[in-house]
Amino acid sequence: MNWAFYLIAALTVAGGLAAVLLKNTVHCALALTVAFAGLALFFLQLDAQFAGFAQILVYIGAVAILIVFAILLTRGSETPKGSVFSRNWLAGLAIAAGVFAVLGWAVLHSASVLPHETAAPTVTVLQIGNALMGRYVLPLEIVALLLTAALIGAVIVALHEKEGSR
Amino acid sequence: MTPLTGYLIVAAMLFSIGLAGALTRRNAILVLIGIELMLNAANLNLIAFWRYGPHPEALTGMMFAIFSIAVAAAEAAVGLGLVIQIHRHAHTTDLDRMNRMKG
Repeated sequence: MNWAFYLIAALTVAGGLAAVLLKNTVHCALALTVAFAGLALFFLQLDAQFAGFAQILVYIGAVAILIVFAILLTRGSETPKGSVFSRNWLAGLAIAAGVFAVLGWAVLHSASVLPHETAAPTVTVLQIGNALMGRYVLPLEIVALLLTAALIGAVIVALHEKEGSR
Repeated sequence: MTPLTGYLIVAAMLFSIGLAGALTRRNAILVLIGIELMLNAANLNLIAFWRYGPHPEALTGMMFAIFSIAVAAAEAAVGLGLVIQIHRHAHTTDLDRMNRMKG
């Protein structure tokens, strides 16, 4: 627990809170990017360099841009006049608070069987590549299939239907 | 507080924030943003357990996180495509006003 951890934790949680609470949808997407960047810093701090840079590439580079595109295509960039929260927001907030209370209680009151400090594992990209091509080759193929299906599915779903084509 | 506990608490906070956003916001895209936050909190848990677990050289938690990132990207693409199509059909992304399944 050093100062860097608290700094990144404050940045990430503040980004997440802003992403959920802000009124303007574009501001929400930008705050979400801050939260993603904070998580990437956490991954780097945990000696998972590959996952950290994959997080930056996939989330900040692709998902955040995709969300901004969707916001602009659906004209959600205008700040809504009324409330941005649903009618039954109190129930949702209560459920989320309950989940956090249970998770926090479980984390803080469980006896840790794991060692407190371990030596930083040295994981090279070569090892990750060997694992992906060796032990995890079937999940890799399934993920490739899933990404292809999602690509085709997203294009078909968002395809503009011409008048009378259906 | 051990380092692992700190990471788990931060992940629990992010998960709860994402859950609150997904349950309370009116805009469908904001609901997707909440779901992305929840998925990322799970990824942080996976990486933290991998780092402080007994066998980090086995790479299990790291692989879980990488596959989870790939699945989350697919989910975001399909979800946002659906939101765009719904907006084209119903001219709104307000979930409180989308209360019937018949077009």
